[in-house]
Amino acid sequence: MLLRPALFISAVLFTLGVAGVLFRRNAIVIFMCVELMLNAVNLTFVALAQTLGMGGQVFVFFVMAVAAAEAAVGLAIILAVFRHKQSVSLQNMNLLRDG
Amino acid sequence: MTGTAVDLIWLAPALALLGFVLNGVLSLTRPWAGAKTLVSLIGVGVLVGAFIVALAVFRGFFGLHADAPVVFRYWSWIPVGTLQVDVALQVDQLSTVMLLVVTGVGSLIHLFSVGYMSEDPGYARYFAYLNLFVFFMLVLVLAANFAVMFVGWEGVGLCSYLLIGFWFNDAVNANAGRKAIIMNRIGDFGFMVAMFLIFWSTGSLDFGTVFTRAPTALVMGGSAITAITLLLFLGCTGKSAQIPLYTWLPDAMAGPTPVSALIHAATMVTAGVYLVARCNLLFAMAPLSSAIVAGVGALTALFAATIALKQWDIKKVLAYSTISQLGYMFLAVGTGAISAGIFHLATHAFFKALLFLGSGSVIYAMHHAYHATHSHEDAQDMRNMGGLRRSMPWTTALMWIATLAVAGIPVLSGFFSKDEILTAAFARGSTHPEWLVFWGFGLLAALLTAFYMTRLMLYTFSGPNRTGENEQAHLHEAPWIMTGPLVVLAVLSVIGGLLNVPALYHGGEWLHHWLEPVVQPSVALLPEAHLTSATEWILVGVAVATATIGMTGAWRLLKPERLVPARSAPEERGLARLLRNKWYVDEIYDALIVRPVVWLSREVLWKQIDQRVVDSAGVNGAARGARALGWANRWLQSGQVGTYVAVFVVGVLLVLWRAIS
Repeated sequence: MLLRPALFISAVLFTLGVAGVLFRRNAIVIFMCVELMLNAVNLTFVALAQTLGMGGQVFVFFVMAVAAAEAAVGLAIILAVFRHKQSVSLQNMNLLRDG
Repeated sequence: MTGTAVDLIWLAPALALLGFVLNGVLSLTRPWAGAKTLVSLIGVGVLVGAFIVALAVFRGFFGLHADAPVVFRYWSWIPVGTLQVDVALQVDQLSTVMLLVVTGVGSLIHLFSVGYMSEDPGYARYFAYLNLFVFFMLVLVLAANFAVMFVGWEGVGLCSYLLIGFWFNDAVNANAGRKAIIMNRIGDFGFMVAMFLIFWSTGSLDFGTVFTRAPTALVMGGSAITAITLLLFLGCTGKSAQIPLYTWLPDAMAGPTPVSALIHAATMVTAGVYLVARCNLLFAMAPLSSAIVAGVGALTALFAATIALKQWDIKKVLAYSTISQLGYMFLAVGTGAISAGIFHLATHAFFKALLFLGSGSVIYAMHHAYHATHSHEDAQDMRNMGGLRRSMPWTTALMWIATLAVAGIPVLSGFFSKDEILTAAFARGSTHPEWLVFWGFGLLAALLTAFYMTRLMLYTFSGPNRTGENEQAHLHEAPWIMTGPLVVLAVLSVIGGLLNVPALYHGGEWLHHWLEPVVQPSVALLPEAHLTSATEWILVGVAVATATIGMTGAWRLLKPERLVPARSAPEERGLARLLRNKWYVDEIYDALIVRPVVWLSREVLWKQIDQRVVDSAGVNGAARGARALGWANRWLQSGQVGTYVAVFVVGVLLVLWRAIS
């Protein structure tokens, strides 16, 4: 069975995604890291679906659909921010802070 | 429904209310040519209409020969569990008498007001208030339960306040109104607590139910019934100006004089007497309370009479006289002589309304005289009057009739009613010696009454005139619309005694028999007291002698020709000064109650509790706390998405760690 290696890879990918979100400043890179985390979860679903039934595989499709929608909205927001600020660095996005 | 004119009872208060609404609307419009005529027609018209309704109701009820009250339930007002209060009116022997007095005397006073207030800019407002007062007074006397009666009780207090402060541009008048309503609040508190206790002990507020259940639900002379009656009497001392809450009434003279006649002499202030008469069964069940009612009444009668001896303001004399006469009524109802109390209430309404309206005519004339010469002298000070009989013969004659009536000179109305009260008090003295003291107080007060009333008449109408050289020419009799009601009241003051001529003079005691169904329950509880007719004749002789001594004494001792106008009058000394300053009761109340309350309110409640606790610690404290919390937490809100994510991740890790371990 490839369950163990699959879960291991999934954990590594997810950790990479989290680390990327935490430490990178570029919004597009962070966005890609979020996708990475989603796909790490997808991998877990598929791996476990081998033993626990087809529900996991079905769920992957849902995640992919949501990720596609999220990509559309997220990229549009990033584009809007870039037009406004000429930058996609998260450091410059602090309008919610007072003063 | 009885199928007679009694069914129309709702019309009487409804007419008065209609008058209030119409005149109230008119008072808001800009003055136009016919406005005053319209206001007069509405204001007087609704009262005359109410009086006609009252007559019809009386006729109808008389024909029924009913022993029980006729109760009309209109709609349910407070249906809460066992507390069922309906808006209900009750017609019985007592309420018909009050109905006739209120609408009858009220009509005459409304008519008088047409002349007295004719030049006042607030004419429509005045009649609106006066109509509203009559409405509430009728609700008070016609109510079939304590709750509806309380509505009327509060309503007349409100109208009293509005009318005392009618000329509110002058701070003195506004303050007098406030004093009246605040002192009445103390009494109303007693009324309300009594009402709660009545409901608690009998489970109802309907007069009929309460009086049926009271003998079984309450122990005769027990603490509950004593508390109820004493609290009710506290309400009476406020509304009817008895010791200790009487001090508002003399100040209430700040209002227009017809108001003093209607509200502060003839009707509203007698509400307390009516309340005791209505609850005669409860008071009969509480001998201690009855003794207190009679004692306070007798003491008030004497105390107020002493003050009246040395007042210079003509209306103040009459105000203290009213307090004194109300004391007589409470002496009567406290003794259990309910019909005597109501009898005196009716005759007093006639002659005291006459006296007040007569003094209104005098003040009207004085005011016009001073107005014509642009003088700023006091138009109500008797030292500025004197010799008015030459310019005002009608008023003089009519007021003399009322004076003889209030002094208790035979065959006039006041003689019969006052004598009946004193006889009843004396009769009770045979079983309860303390009543002999009350009787003594009453007799002494009668002496003083004769004295101060003669003094008022002598100083106002006899001797030389002190108004002033230029003013004398302008003094003249009031118009007929004002003198007319005086004539009617004078006739009533003379023949009012016919209502209840005692058996001693082979009279029918009509009022006594008429009120029997209402009074019946309490009569059985009271000790029988019978005087031989010889004793009664002696008592009558003593009373007449007292009145005569008082009047001739005043005639001999007082020298109107020696008086000087108020402007140059010297200060009194000794006892006279004490009486002039009303025994300093106002000052004592001020020092003992008003100032400590004001100090407590200002220094403790305001500066400590309100400013320090509520404002500083409470309101501002909460705001400051929220601000400090926000200041402490603001570092969390860096605005950096990275920081938020880091915190989020730490949180997720913590949750995972908790879930795993």
